[in-house]
Amino acid sequence: MDQLQAYWPLYPELALVIGAMALLMLGVFRPEGEREAEVIGWLAIGVLGLAAWFVLQQPAGTQQLFGGAFVVDAFARFMKVLTFAAAAVALLLSFDYLRQAKALKFEYPVLALLATAGMGMMISANDLIALYVGLELQSLALYVMAAMRRDDVRSSEAGLKYFVLGALSSGMLLYGASLIYGFTGSTSFTSIAAAAAQPGAGQNIGLIVGLVFLLVGIAFKVSAVPFHMWTPDVYEGAPTPVTAFFASAPKVAAMALFMRVALASFAGIKPQWQQVVTALAIASMALGAFAAIGQSNIKRLLAYSAIGNIGYALIGLAAGSPEGVRGVIIYLVIYIAMTLGAFACVLAMRRSDGMVEEIDSLSGLAQNNLGMATVLAILLFSLAGIPPLAGFFAKFYVFAAAVKEGMWALAIIGVLASVVGAYYYVRIVKIMFFDEPRERFASIQPKAGLVMGVMGLYILLYVVWPAPLVEAAGTAAKSLF
Amino acid sequence: MTLAPAFFYLFAFVTVAAGFMVIAAKNPVHAVLFLILAFFNAAGLFVLLGAEFLAMILVVVYVGAVAVLFLFVVMMLDVDFAELRAGFMKNAPLGAFIGLILLAELVLVVGFQMVRPGALAAPSAPIPAPGSGITNAEAIGRVLYTKYVYYFQGAGLILLVAMIGAIVLTLRHKEGVKRQSIAAQVARGKKTAIDVVQVAPGAAIVPPARASQ
Amino acid sequence: MNLLLMEYLPLVVFMGVALVIGLALMVAPFLVAVRNPDPEKVSAYECGFNAFDDARMKFDVRFYLVSILFIIFDLEVAFLFPWAVTFKEVGAFGFWSMMVFLGVLTIGFIYEWRKGALEWD
Repeated sequence: MDQLQAYWPLYPELALVIGAMALLMLGVFRPEGEREAEVIGWLAIGVLGLAAWFVLQQPAGTQQLFGGAFVVDAFARFMKVLTFAAAAVALLLSFDYLRQAKALKFEYPVLALLATAGMGMMISANDLIALYVGLELQSLALYVMAAMRRDDVRSSEAGLKYFVLGALSSGMLLYGASLIYGFTGSTSFTSIAAAAAQPGAGQNIGLIVGLVFLLVGIAFKVSAVPFHMWTPDVYEGAPTPVTAFFASAPKVAAMALFMRVALASFAGIKPQWQQVVTALAIASMALGAFAAIGQSNIKRLLAYSAIGNIGYALIGLAAGSPEGVRGVIIYLVIYIAMTLGAFACVLAMRRSDGMVEEIDSLSGLAQNNLGMATVLAILLFSLAGIPPLAGFFAKFYVFAAAVKEGMWALAIIGVLASVVGAYYYVRIVKIMFFDEPRERFASIQPKAGLVMGVMGLYILLYVVWPAPLVEAAGTAAKSLF
Repeated sequence: MTLAPAFFYLFAFVTVAAGFMVIAAKNPVHAVLFLILAFFNAAGLFVLLGAEFLAMILVVVYVGAVAVLFLFVVMMLDVDFAELRAGFMKNAPLGAFIGLILLAELVLVVGFQMVRPGALAAPSAPIPAPGSGITNAEAIGRVLYTKYVYYFQGAGLILLVAMIGAIVLTLRHKEGVKRQSIAAQVARGKKTAIDVVQVAPGAAIVPPARASQ
Repeated sequence: MNLLLMEYLPLVVFMGVALVIGLALMVAPFLVAVRNPDPEKVSAYECGFNAFDDARMKFDVRFYLVSILFIIFDLEVAFLFPWAVTFKEVGAFGFWSMMVFLGVLTIGFIYEWRKGALEWD
């Protein structure tokens, strides 16, 4: 028992893993059916809640396990709660859709739980091997989820593309990790940080090539340009609730990993990774803004929007200061709220003959369904960064951090990109409010309606009471330095 | 002993040549066989490094299982490889370019940059000295299940996800297949199998209705 | 190091012998066998017809499932080897660590059994 108690920092992940295995057994020993699968889905949401509760019970300060391979600090706790919450909401959104698509299987929530456990391991990883194990656990479960509708060609294609490119990125990451191990003699982030802080480390080509490859591998996972190629196809092909899952929880985990790798282990050679992150940020913002203009499929549009948003979040990381990291954390919270709300709206785009994904089918939505049109308009204005919605503040914090570090050019490019981006967000609002109405959508399911409403309200009312989020994010950011 | 370098060059050369043949072979089955050759020679390289356990795992897992899986997949897919290869020459310059970049990086890294002094002096899990009577497998076993238990259990979970994924994505049951139920057969007793019927002379036999067949 | 490599000398000799015998059997027919080819003699024979199509057939996807499940348990066994040789040294913790690992995979095994993945149809 004493030994079990020694592992309490690991309880959230243990809860997820044990919960996943228990639900797997429950699912396989009960008759198969969609009702059973939905019950297991609700239980999975309960397990996620339990895991988040364990995280919140952990005392302040930093704890380490397994010789420093697993670290729990304020940053990890914040990111884990955000990840678990995003995963729970994405699961909640999935039941109705998957039931209609005849793809609701009990394995789906089980795989989602295992993927979330992998995300927790990524967020807490303080060692290159721990990083890799967590990343693979997460990715492998996500590949399967993307291809879940195996009789649908697009879903299988999405799974295959995601798998092949994900394997390639894992290979790059491992190449980088092995070089870093070779040049620092350790896989532990703490020892790597010590080696990187030594004079002359910035001229060590082996270390820098290793770092660049490691960052490339992670950039694949956050879908930063030029490693974004898989994103539009996977977002479009995967079942919509799975896309909502992909766009939310794994992004948080991968960004958290990105920040910990950059700031906790390579703080000593900050100028070197700052260049890489700046380049990724500029390319992502630009491509996210320009490539989205021509899209007619709303899921593809949201994919480019996700790419652009990751670019803005990376500005905060490029600044490399506590303010910057705080900005990234706030950005992620608001981005998750906007994304999940937007996907709830996409899931509500359903006619009697099935789902529609074309932007044109939103035409005149305001006359058919004013509530949904209003929420979607709020979310889109927020994504465009129009004050006083939450999206404006998200961008404001990262730009302010960049300016404070003297990165004027980066901040200006960010502002210009968001002006271009505003064009296509506002275009959808125009289509919804001023174009001729089309055939009505079927009535919105309560779960999607609930998610839409909550996220819309949060984005709208964030300005009233921003203090708790800003303070929590500030505490989380400080623990990385 | 000069034999070891000779064997190193033999294994290394055959590994690279077999690796090239994997992508150059016309017949995909031949490509997989060359892959097996490459695995064997990589195992030889591991032996030369003194990593016997890894060498044997490479043979058991990669040659014994992964290569067989590859063969199944190659035979399952029925891809027109001639058509696939048609794009090869078109993309070859780009591939060669990327390969050159990787090579240049490797040369830069290995050729000009020494390992940080003292970096490998105190590794976290020292390799036992040869002749100390501790084998590879023992050296791994001493740390894998205790010090590195986190990674070990993580690997177990990844295997679990692989198992679930393989079944979710490929398992299909044919409809209407009658299966043998051994438990039902064994549990069958006198009561369920035999009916004793009183037959009146001249009357037809009417079997009594039974609850379960 | 060299001590270790010396242990592999029998293996090298064995490989050498196998290589020589194998090559000899493959080369000998070229040298000594009588060959008298003819287009009709070397073409595929199919009951008097011309061959209908390719002799290679697509494999069923079920083979793939069987072999991937095999690989997973193959890896599990690979993890058992170092555990077995250090069983005395790793103590109770090492024992239970392996039991948890096996437990996780047993969950997977129960799952695949109940799912019917081990049955052919």
